[in-house]
Amino acid sequence: MAMTVHVDVVSAEELIFSGLAEVVVVPGEMGELGIYPRHAPLLTRIKSGSVRIKRPDIAEEELIYVSGGVLEVQPNVVTILSDTAIRGKDLDEARALEAKQAAEEAMKNRTSDLDYAQAQSELLEAVAQLRAISQIRKSAGH
Amino acid sequence: MAGSKEIRTKIKSVENTRKITRAMEMVAAAKMRRAQERMRAARPYADKIRAVAAHLSHANAEYKHAFLVKRETIKKVGVIVITSDKGLCGGLNSNLLRLVVGQMKTWDSEGKGIAVCAIGNKGLGFMNRLGADVKSNLTGLGDAPHLASLIGAVKVMLDAYVAGEIDAIHIGYNHFVNTMKQEPCIEQLLPLSGEQLGAAQGNWDYIYEPDAKVVIDELLLRYVESLVYQGVVENMASEQSSRMVAMKAASDNAKSVIADLKLVYNKARQAAITREISEICSGAAAVG
Repeated sequence: MAMTVHVDVVSAEELIFSGLAEVVVVPGEMGELGIYPRHAPLLTRIKSGSVRIKRPDIAEEELIYVSGGVLEVQPNVVTILSDTAIRGKDLDEARALEAKQAAEEAMKNRTSDLDYAQAQSELLEAVAQLRAISQIRKSAGH
Repeated sequence: MAGSKEIRTKIKSVENTRKITRAMEMVAAAKMRRAQERMRAARPYADKIRAVAAHLSHANAEYKHAFLVKRETIKKVGVIVITSDKGLCGGLNSNLLRLVVGQMKTWDSEGKGIAVCAIGNKGLGFMNRLGADVKSNLTGLGDAPHLASLIGAVKVMLDAYVAGEIDAIHIGYNHFVNTMKQEPCIEQLLPLSGEQLGAAQGNWDYIYEPDAKVVIDELLLRYVESLVYQGVVENMASEQSSRMVAMKAASDNAKSVIADLKLVYNKARQAAITREISEICSGAAAVG
């Protein structure tokens, strides 16, 4: 039987693949990488593309699309930490800016938020009053 | 009898409330199951990336990432507060916020500044009322939070950390113990501590491609994000189970209120009947 290496493909949101493979082909940042069992320890970024996994029991290769991430290789374990999100420096920057603006806007609208809180507390007060009234009525009825 | 109609409407309204709380309880139960699955699904990634990060923190001596370096003086602390977007989930958010505020007071008395990243509507509203320095926020995550939506809010904090504006980042969220129990907790996110990562196995180093710095930067960023994501999904599972329990309690309460009201109603009805009979009897006696 051919030598195999354990392969895990995981993303932050789920486990995509876990099993044995004869060879894994990964789109590394510096070029395509074919990883065979007992590869030297390696850590690299991967580009978006498809990961091909040749399983020992099935003739066809397993194809998994990844949008980037990190590849970790140890002699008998290959781990692909796949990104679920499409990443990019500019894109991340834009997301950060969005979150910041949202915070500033929320600060500006603080008064409206306060009104909401006030309304909520008034509502609670009204409910408490109602409860008190019903209790009084109950004790009077007895 | 004037009171009986009033009591009847009251019973009706409590019954309606009970219908709503029952429905919310069942919805929360269904959502809780999915939230728990999501929490479990996130675990393999977190475990794997923690193992790699653990190795990195020990292996590579020539390049130390800012996330791994402990700063001597802490002037400003960042805190990421994860709360739910919606209310009606028992004391979940208030318990967490109480803990966070307590911690913030301690930092304040030590003369440390505080910057806040609020994830979730409840925390944001609270922090704004408190007058805290909210650097970034994120609301409306929905039932299935995606890592992609978290990146921006977290990046603001991480950038501030790398730039030296803040010297430590903590994260506050509800730790999901089981359906009946959720514990609010605050953990240190940055700098990453060695014992938190665990010891590395073996004494070898990776081949880095293209070079160590690029790969380590990328990896640690993902590690931190996965920790935050973990907090968010855990908080969400806590929210749903807490809501389920709260709504169950509300339904049970409504039931007992209805029972009480029915008793009052029947008493009033009987009293009215008795009075009527005695009136008729006395009327008949007067005539006869």
